[in-house]
Amino acid sequence: MRLNEHPVLRFERGREVTIYFEGKPLKAYEGEMIATALYAAGIRVLNYSPNEKRPRGLFCAIGKCSSCLMVVNGIPNVRTCITLVEDGMRIERQHGRSRLPTKAKPPEFKDAKVVRVDIIVVGGGPAGLMAAIHASRAGAKVVLIDENHMLGGQLVKQTHKFFGKREQFAGVRGVEIARILEEELRKSENVKAFLETSAVGIFQEGEEKLVLAVRKERELIEFRGRAVIVATGAMERMIPFENNDLPGVYGAGAIQTLMNTYGVKPGDRVLIVGAGNVGLILAYQLIQAGVEVKAIVEAMPKVGGYFVHAAKVRRLGVPILTRHTILRAEGKEKVERAVVAQLDENWRPIPGTEKTFEVDVIALAVGLRPSIELLHQAGCQIKYVRELGGHVAVRDEWMETTVRGIFVAGDSAGIEEATTAMLEGKIAGIAAALRLGIADESWVDEIEKAQRDLDEFRSGPFGRHVAEGIKKALVVGE
Amino acid sequence: MNEIPAYLQRGYITPEELFSIIPKPSEERLRKRPVAVPECPQEIPCAPCREICPTGAINMPTPNDLPIVDYDKCIGCSLCVQICPGLAFFMVHYVGDKARITMPHELLPVPEKGEEVVLLNRVGEPVGKGKVITVVPREKSKGDTPIIVVEVPIELAWDVRAVKVVRE
Repeated sequence: MRLNEHPVLRFERGREVTIYFEGKPLKAYEGEMIATALYAAGIRVLNYSPNEKRPRGLFCAIGKCSSCLMVVNGIPNVRTCITLVEDGMRIERQHGRSRLPTKAKPPEFKDAKVVRVDIIVVGGGPAGLMAAIHASRAGAKVVLIDENHMLGGQLVKQTHKFFGKREQFAGVRGVEIARILEEELRKSENVKAFLETSAVGIFQEGEEKLVLAVRKERELIEFRGRAVIVATGAMERMIPFENNDLPGVYGAGAIQTLMNTYGVKPGDRVLIVGAGNVGLILAYQLIQAGVEVKAIVEAMPKVGGYFVHAAKVRRLGVPILTRHTILRAEGKEKVERAVVAQLDENWRPIPGTEKTFEVDVIALAVGLRPSIELLHQAGCQIKYVRELGGHVAVRDEWMETTVRGIFVAGDSAGIEEATTAMLEGKIAGIAAALRLGIADESWVDEIEKAQRDLDEFRSGPFGRHVAEGIKKALVVGE
Repeated sequence: MNEIPAYLQRGYITPEELFSIIPKPSEERLRKRPVAVPECPQEIPCAPCREICPTGAINMPTPNDLPIVDYDKCIGCSLCVQICPGLAFFMVHYVGDKARITMPHELLPVPEKGEEVVLLNRVGEPVGKGKVITVVPREKSKGDTPIIVVEVPIELAWDVRAVKVVRE
């Protein structure tokens, strides 16, 4: 199930290691996640629900949900989708709530390591990378932390070329942009990146901002600075239908992670729900990975994503069924079939229009919601803005939230594109350095240029909607 | 809501729909040399085609405007086909009773020059066979996308938009 040939990607795998799944040895490669290695070995059930004992598989595959929790070396609740394999690791399926081992020695948290900088950036995706790069260029000492073992956020699975202008990386593949930005970041002596490090809280301590983080689930680190930029991205949405928790029902991004980042074939036959850009792009990427896409179903009467993405998959024979929805997934321990139906004018399934697709994967590409947990906990004012994908932090034109010194950028500020995330990151990075008195006034021009670029990007019919939402997110109070 | 263009309901555009949005190159122009035709009917924020065009043949005042090709200025160099992130640019050239279509091909296997391939229309249906006469591999393209030129019967010039490589 591991991919070797691909039209645009080359998979370089690390040293071969052996892991033990429920006592059985399995081959894996260094640099792979536990869940990915298990998937490659054909294991789709990772745990069972606490009450109904329902099988569960992956869902988001980027560490944001609880679908992949397993018992690793006796420790329960390990997010196996973002935990690297290690030689000799013992992995067990988790059955509901699992107990912590009684004999294990807890981590020593009382002497936490302290890292002191000017600006702390949480999230190493396009927004966080740009924020860190620009804050350091403006003279600030920066630390960037990310839960994953690699930088780039969701760029690392974007094999398609970006839209926009060439100075904003248009015409360059997302995977390549991740490489370019990482290289840029590594060039700066002012930035240190902490990977496999999860931020768990933001606090004010006197004049300082304190970001508490846990590295590799073992080591507590206190990051102290005067400003924090939150660029934590977004989380895949789920929609209600029968058996939507069956292994084989995955967020679109999870499938991209499996096949594009780790070179693991997600399945043989796929049904995609949602004809927005993510669903359409995913269909194309699946075909590139040699997977059959049976159909894309879309509840709206039209393709929601860019027409050109739709045309690309239609000419390779993928039907797009607009005004259709998924009714249920069927299968015993994993998806074996998907049943869809046509919708009437009132969005209700029309009886007698059911169609069954023999598929082993159902991909949900039904939108994202901003990851705002840290901002919420830190006391930033939160507002529901439908156009931005859900609850977002209120911010000003410089991306500063209602808590002085906490900035936001990218999808965690509102669901948009990587191009706009990069521009917002640039603004937030420079703005934070300006607010701290580190950058000089000349940097204001850079912010203004990025703002003009954002306005231009959002001026078309696709961006107007977001622009409306941003107006609402700029208003404090109510 | 009730004014949804048919191509957005289906996900593909017919030549009639396309040429109601952009002008169709004249028969004379199509015979002269390859000409770039963008199948990009939506205002999306994107401009690499305009930025790469060596003769300034693509008119697009802002990135959100449609790319309108000045067919007289277009020299048929194919850079727009290579760079387009939407894989929406094609070139067409009438030669005798055949048409040569330049198209992106980001799938494996990449066909070889001289190879016979199955021709697919805009909905992926096989509509005949054609011969690949040029292959620009990914490494040699300007936009990281391999492109191919396929010779097809002239009556299929505005139908064929992809190929399938079938090897035993």
